[in-house]
Amino acid sequence: MHFGPHLLLAALEGLVTSAVLALTALGLSLVFGVMRVVNVAHGEFFMLGAVLAWAITSAIGGHPALGFLAALVIAPLIVGAIALVAERLVLRRLNYNPEATIVATIGMLYIIQQLALTFYGPEARPVEPPFSYRILLPWFGYSGYKLSIIAASALLLIATWLVLTRTRIGLIMRATQYDSETAQAFGIPVGRVYGGVFALGAMLAAIAAVLIVPISQAHYLMGQDPLLLSFIVVIIGGLGSLRGTVVAAVLIGLSDGIISMFFSPTLAKIIATLLVAMVLVFRPQGLFGTASR
Amino acid sequence: MSEASPAKAYALHLGVIALLFVLSFLLPDYYHGLLARIMVLAVFAMGYNMLFGYVGLLSLGHAMFFGAGLYGAGLAVIQLGWSVPAAFAAGLGCGAVLSLIIGLLALRTTGVAFMIVTMMFAQVVYLAILYFAAWTGGDQGMVVPQPTRVLTFGATSLDLTNPTVRYMAALGLFSLVLLITLAVVRSRYGRVLVAIRENEERTKMLGYDTFSNKLAAVIVSGTICATSGAAYALLFGYVGSSFASVQYSILPLLWVLLGGAATTLGPLLGTLFMYYVIDVTSGYTSAYLLIVGVALILLVLFFPKGILGTVRQRWLGWLP
Repeated sequence: MHFGPHLLLAALEGLVTSAVLALTALGLSLVFGVMRVVNVAHGEFFMLGAVLAWAITSAIGGHPALGFLAALVIAPLIVGAIALVAERLVLRRLNYNPEATIVATIGMLYIIQQLALTFYGPEARPVEPPFSYRILLPWFGYSGYKLSIIAASALLLIATWLVLTRTRIGLIMRATQYDSETAQAFGIPVGRVYGGVFALGAMLAAIAAVLIVPISQAHYLMGQDPLLLSFIVVIIGGLGSLRGTVVAAVLIGLSDGIISMFFSPTLAKIIATLLVAMVLVFRPQGLFGTASR
Repeated sequence: MSEASPAKAYALHLGVIALLFVLSFLLPDYYHGLLARIMVLAVFAMGYNMLFGYVGLLSLGHAMFFGAGLYGAGLAVIQLGWSVPAAFAAGLGCGAVLSLIIGLLALRTTGVAFMIVTMMFAQVVYLAILYFAAWTGGDQGMVVPQPTRVLTFGATSLDLTNPTVRYMAALGLFSLVLLITLAVVRSRYGRVLVAIRENEERTKMLGYDTFSNKLAAVIVSGTICATSGAAYALLFGYVGSSFASVQYSILPLLWVLLGGAATTLGPLLGTLFMYYVIDVTSGYTSAYLLIVGVALILLVLFFPKGILGTVRQRWLGWLP
């Protein structure tokens, strides 16, 4: 294969990564933006989504598309419910103190990971894709399912944007993000908004995981990389900014796909992590964000 | 934190050291070895406490300082064939240099950004250890060969692999760092650190240079952690990348939170207690991460001051 098609393949793979990353990072960004909580357990909600997708598809059987659609609906709902319970039982009692919540979400990370290991086991298990149509390009065939991931993610991102900017719920969320005390004074149930946002963030991660699981595999440690990458995306995009998150996800996903096709993935990770740390040190508001209050 | 009782405080600390000395002759083999390891790791926790407890800077990346000491000393022995004291010094040097660099960069941020930046720098160090697998052994780690772990003074030589020598070396290091910590937190400098924790703006207004005080604290803390890492490599003979992973940044936080942040004996108590809990529960379940997770959540929910912090608040106000 020549350099051009090679690059195209790397770019397509990068776009699939970007699509999943944008959804995951959007969840993290919403939680941070509205609640000022850094959710270290976010990657574990992603992992739970994938593991539940495996459980649901293997329980339902029949045509793969049937099980997959069921997983796409049920898995995020279960993950959202778990997140809601965690928020009510732990985060709310900590008064959303930023440092205490980080320690608490680290605790959640360990608990979820260990429970997944105990009940699901250390094996990586595959989920069959709902359809296996290959699109034939002049140079190589490409999985139609992977392209549908990109489309699904774009639709979800647009839907989230519409909810945030055009609906009453979105208005309430933005008001809480802007100034929670004033919002409370105007009769917005801030506590319930926080619970909803935390669940929503976890659900976005779970949806991303269900989408990706037919092409990667479900494994109890799979939450680590998305967590780190989401942090990177959220920081570069500016904490709490939706547009920045999407732009940064495409940027990081594409460069990750292209760099790791031509260089060592570990070296790519070292450089990316170092660059992001430097962004945080010298430009804490992110490359696209405005200075935080 | 009262001025009245320096004698009481020193007596308590010397008493703890004497107790640990006596225990060396009483404990059965298994616990004897375990306690030596706990004392070395308690030094790591004390280094962490220096920054987290007294300055109020929560770092999520202290594994990189432990790793710097561990690999600094381990590589010096294995790849360069240095003697034990030289390798120990190399470990300390690596920790000091790394903490200076990290301090200069990370202290430009505050709060949540500081936590994430330290975590990311630690991740870079961890990945670099994996990347340079040709020298570091990658995720397999390296064993420091037994014949090289010997301290020689002229004619006499001490074999660090001998359990009694190892225990005494660990106790010596632990005691030294404990007394240094006590002296530092009782000094003028220690008070400035606490003042920064309580109200940085006001401390600045009173004319203290808070940046250089914080930088000094990062270096002291990082070097103490590196000391622990270097001692671990030389005493227990294993240098592995898992000691530089995120988990080893979280563990000292857990130990310090459990024992009591900003108490001199809290780190030892926390490390001891956590090891004891894991040791007991490992009889029933292998799911020790679950216990770590539950302990973290229960601590921040119900005992944010830890064991000794609560004791100090309720009963013993003079506890340093």
